[in-house]
Amino acid sequence: MELTNEDVADILALLDSLPYDELDLRTDRFRLTLRRTPTDGWTQERQDLVDPVPLGSGTPVTPDHDISVMSEPGQSGEPGQSGEAGLVAVVAPLPGTFYRSPRPGAAPFVEVGDAVTADTVVAIVETMKLMNSVPAGTPGRVARIDAENGQFTPLGSTLILIEPDP
Amino acid sequence: MTGQSAVNHSQALRRVLVANRGEIAVRVITTCRRLGIETVLTASDADAYSLPARLADQVIRIGPASATASYLNVDAVVGAAVAAGADAIHPGYGFLSENARLARACAAAGIVFIGPDARTLEAAGDKLAARAHATAAGLPVLPGGDIELAGGDIEHSDPRVIALAERIGYPVLVKAAGGGGGRGLRVVREPAELGHAVSVASAEAAAAFGDPRVYLERYVERGRHVEVQLLGDGQRVIHLGDRDCSVQRRYQKLIEEAPAPDLGSDLRERLRAAAVALGVHLGYRGAGTVEFLLDTARGEFCFLEVNARIQVEHPVTEAITGMDIVAEQLSIAEGRPLRLRQEDVTFAGHAIECRIIAEDPDRDFRPSPGTITRAVFPAATMYPGYGLVRGAADAAAGIGGSVRVDTHVQARSAVPAYYDSLLAKVIAHGGDRDGALAVLSGALDRCALDGVTTNVAMQRAIVADPEFRAGGVTTDYLARYLAGREDGGAGRG
Repeated sequence: MELTNEDVADILALLDSLPYDELDLRTDRFRLTLRRTPTDGWTQERQDLVDPVPLGSGTPVTPDHDISVMSEPGQSGEPGQSGEAGLVAVVAPLPGTFYRSPRPGAAPFVEVGDAVTADTVVAIVETMKLMNSVPAGTPGRVARIDAENGQFTPLGSTLILIEPDP
Repeated sequence: MTGQSAVNHSQALRRVLVANRGEIAVRVITTCRRLGIETVLTASDADAYSLPARLADQVIRIGPASATASYLNVDAVVGAAVAAGADAIHPGYGFLSENARLARACAAAGIVFIGPDARTLEAAGDKLAARAHATAAGLPVLPGGDIELAGGDIEHSDPRVIALAERIGYPVLVKAAGGGGGRGLRVVREPAELGHAVSVASAEAAAAFGDPRVYLERYVERGRHVEVQLLGDGQRVIHLGDRDCSVQRRYQKLIEEAPAPDLGSDLRERLRAAAVALGVHLGYRGAGTVEFLLDTARGEFCFLEVNARIQVEHPVTEAITGMDIVAEQLSIAEGRPLRLRQEDVTFAGHAIECRIIAEDPDRDFRPSPGTITRAVFPAATMYPGYGLVRGAADAAAGIGGSVRVDTHVQARSAVPAYYDSLLAKVIAHGGDRDGALAVLSGALDRCALDGVTTNVAMQRAIVADPEFRAGGVTTDYLARYLAGREDGGAGRG
């Protein structure tokens, strides 16, 4: 049985009547740190460590991948650089879902060969339910579209390559 | 508490599928655990190791990270409930919580949908239908009307649309019939903007809700957003008081409080009675909220919409009533009559909630997904379902008032880019509004979240702002406050 809210409240009430300013509890199942602040309130840091139990298995699962990996910045380089000589990468300004068109079924913002100005919107990246327009950033022509519509693109990953105007 | 007079076909729930994520999943699991009900959580691949996944008795994966492929997939959710042997599905808020198709699919599979019946969801979820029901129940609605669809497309140059807008009077608001959450909404200030706004709102609505229908309503620049919490069992409807949610940015609520400050007892009673009248008219069953737009200067109000689910801001109501609204939802879902009469609902003190979101107010509220490295919150002294006793005892013991934190983040939690940015809700309760503000201010000072950018500092500044502290701000307050902060530099922030 894990630590309930009621347990924490009871521990806190007890602690408040004692001369201690900090409690650090660590078990295999949870960590709980309670600290008295100068203004007389308490802070709480709590971490539940029990691994999720998949339906029917009865045993916790061991993480099979790094849970933070999805939000790590991409390795694809900064704007203005790209693996290919002379091309400028338009990169994801935020980690999110890449869309080539303003809404499902609509025509894409740009196709390969289209001329763009720095302000031309070439894609949308949806992050936390917000639609972020992505401008080309460089005047030129669309040389290649690297990301797939509906694909998750990490921060800084290449979406589109622009061949800049001479 | 009243004795039960009618014997219904009540069936105790033993196992509930929690078909949601984030803090509301934690919230539902907490009450189920307290009541001895087993929980099975649906989790997308992105949420496999989330806090609710660790707290649920069991977890079932329902699909990839993208919400349309997981949390919004009716077949996957019902399939998960069947596989889990669940008696019921709690849909939380957002996602499928007001989806009539899910309610019908549950009925067909012999699973209880913890929410209103499909008929009520259709009546409330369709904003145009809800307007008609409100009118039928005698509630005032804003001047407005629907826009004819021609061949599935909006005929926005239609002279009838322009005439309708003229009749309503500018500015008008273009609203989506099929949904909420701030999508498909456009303010139009002059006739030249109308056609474009109608097409954009319709496109947004089609993308978000699969329903391109929009309608026009008068846009009130300076109103207050006040809502009334209802509970119904299909026979009887009671209210749990009102809330004020006027601190909003782009229709997203950021601070909520209960009761709504400075209403005057006459207006407050009329609002509550109007909400109950609509609940009775709908034969409402479950927890729900009726939202109103309030013109305090004139002492008038208009119906806005019904939210046929539990709401994000429900804790402020729990704080002043000592109730556990999720527990009441479960009881109603078990087929029991309401456990309370109206006169059993009492109110004590004032409660205010601040939403802590992973957005950067200094960079135009740019979302900030990532990984939490450290999560420090004020120690909680108040929980749903323990009544008002513990909070009062703690206040007496000098712990610093009653604080509650509803969150789904802890050290090493992922904050995926796929879902909304709500990290936590900090709720403070005090003997009166000033007391609640003092508790809230201390509570926010004790929040420290590392790894993602949050709006904690902005919330502290708003809670310290004289205009907010005075109470009763209108929905244009936050935009004005933020603009003033940009102009005035550090002096105000």
